[in-house]
Amino acid sequence: MSFRIVIEPGKTRKNYWKDIWRYRELFYILSWRDIKVRYKQTTLGVLWAVLRPLLTMIVFTFVFGKVARLETTSVVPYPIIVFAGMLPWLFFANSLSEASNSLVGNERLITKVYFPRMIIPASSVITSFIDFLISFCILIVLFFFYGYAPPARICLMPLFWILAFLASFGPGLYLTALNVKYRDFRYIIPFMVQFGIFISPVGITSEQALKVIPSHLQWVYYLNPMAGVIDAFRWSIVTDAPNPFLNFPFYISMAMILLLLVLAIFQFRKMERHFADLI
Amino acid sequence: MSESIIKVSGLGKKYIISHEASGKYTTLRDAIGRNIKSWIGSSQRNVSREEFWALRDIYFSINRGDAVGIVGRNGAGKSTLLKVLSRITEPSHGKVEINGRIASLLEVGTGFHQELTGRENIFLNGAILGMSRAEVRAKFDEIVDFSGVETFLDTPVKRYSSGMYVRLAFAVAAHLEPEILVVDEVLAVGDAEFQKKCLGKMDDVSRNQGRTVLFVSHNISAIQQLCNKGIYLERGKLVMQGGIDEVVDRYVSEGTNNTFTKEPKGDISVTHAEIDKRVNGDLMTVTLYIRSNIQSSMPVSIDFRFYTLTQVPVGFASIGTFDYEKQVNLVHGDNKIIATVDVNTFAIGNYLLNIDVTRPNVEYYDRIEDHLSFEIVKETEENRSLQQSWNYGSVQLNATIKQVN
Repeated sequence: MSFRIVIEPGKTRKNYWKDIWRYRELFYILSWRDIKVRYKQTTLGVLWAVLRPLLTMIVFTFVFGKVARLETTSVVPYPIIVFAGMLPWLFFANSLSEASNSLVGNERLITKVYFPRMIIPASSVITSFIDFLISFCILIVLFFFYGYAPPARICLMPLFWILAFLASFGPGLYLTALNVKYRDFRYIIPFMVQFGIFISPVGITSEQALKVIPSHLQWVYYLNPMAGVIDAFRWSIVTDAPNPFLNFPFYISMAMILLLLVLAIFQFRKMERHFADLI
Repeated sequence: MSESIIKVSGLGKKYIISHEASGKYTTLRDAIGRNIKSWIGSSQRNVSREEFWALRDIYFSINRGDAVGIVGRNGAGKSTLLKVLSRITEPSHGKVEINGRIASLLEVGTGFHQELTGRENIFLNGAILGMSRAEVRAKFDEIVDFSGVETFLDTPVKRYSSGMYVRLAFAVAAHLEPEILVVDEVLAVGDAEFQKKCLGKMDDVSRNQGRTVLFVSHNISAIQQLCNKGIYLERGKLVMQGGIDEVVDRYVSEGTNNTFTKEPKGDISVTHAEIDKRVNGDLMTVTLYIRSNIQSSMPVSIDFRFYTLTQVPVGFASIGTFDYEKQVNLVHGDNKIIATVDVNTFAIGNYLLNIDVTRPNVEYYDRIEDHLSFEIVKETEENRSLQQSWNYGSVQLNATIKQVN
């Protein structure tokens, strides 16, 4: 027999990952649908992906650079430093909000068809990734605008994209599962995102932040997985940024990414069996 | 051919109904609130939880190539069974073994996106139903042909008429080629013409291509036409499995009968009712035994409400509701009443009869609901008569013409 399914309560399916692989076409097509609809429905779709990081960057540059007069020793223009942190952060923030609403928004699919549910939040993270790529073009425009030549290590950037993806997917998945059960999570997420931007090295660099944190507590700062991701991003763009790989707390961030990812997958798989009944 | 493709043993699905929450999902606020309450010690929970078994102790097996119709009244667990089989929801008990690729069609057009064009939706819906892109591409022309919407292929489906939408959606589903196809009440949509086309397609799938089909419908005649085996569920339990005709016979007659007896309760109650099992032609006789505990004589109306087996109202007849002069005077003790109802216009088929004993616009004394059924046959007539199964309704009206030349 080529194909055999056994359905039993409480059994985690042995072929779970195989199933995801088998449904990869559905994953492509759902991602494609999300992207297509996103940029079809709103004529401002692309513009929005450009404007949001750009305006945030301008405000942050103004607030942190001019008003708070946080001095950097860097020779790199401050807007580029801010933007290098803004990019992964906005990707993370978008992923969280998109993913957490994705299952509830696809209620009909969940209650009428079987497929590995993880596909849905994953495809919504992909949509945010497209936004991220569009925003990335702004960075290139900024390079020209300031006549700034990024270091050669910018070639490592795709690696950090994957890092940002993993860092977003974990919490995104976790929130997705929780949002199905506790619907008021959708009110909590915007707050988390707003709060997070200030505890992450977005408007300021992590060196600036660490200056005011006692050295024995600096590891706490890096419990935030995005702290590490943003450091890595900035390092690949800003010539005189410190190498995060030589900074021990950076690895705490990396460990957090992994931990959150594993926890999220575990939690999601546990709850996924009841989605159709809960949603 | 006798190889079993689906084997269900001891299957049960339990839902917890919480009477406190208004919706199915909780909010974090509620959850925290409950926890705080229980910490403080006021463990008095005014949540009443009730277990509800949508399915219980179901055992059956289905052989390769069978077309199985699942019948049962609303809430019998038919849809839950299909959801468990198609892995949408997890059972609470038991085991299901499926030896083949399964595709389920619990709704027409699942995942269709309003903003996308017909062409895009074909690929999207195909993927959702489990077809690969290559498969959809190979069958694309066939699908378009079947749906008959080729001129609108590049129009967003939000501009489609509902008929076009359904046709396109079914066309995609009809070209699924799984070993097992699970279909829920999806034929209730679309016009009669298209329904016929769909039934034909499904028939082709099960009979000529030898696939296994599980089919839920309230349309008994469609089930009888399409399926060779039947499963009858009632309140989450399996009543019987067998050949489709036996199962349908049992389903149609079970629970309902042409007689009904119950214990007297209240001032006025029907203790026994009896109707003709088969009505050939015009008149049906209803015999009622009504007990009255009221000392004086009591005028009441008796209403007859006719429904199809799928609970579609068909007609209404009354003694006394429209004309109080015709009310029945019940005396203290037992009354035997024989009423005659003209059902001449009813189509051939099965009907439910519900009886109310009332004081019009004041109160209901007693009612008999979902217990009595009968069948209309028209054996003596040479002319053809309307049949319920044609889906043209249940009433045959008289039409005359005056030809003007």
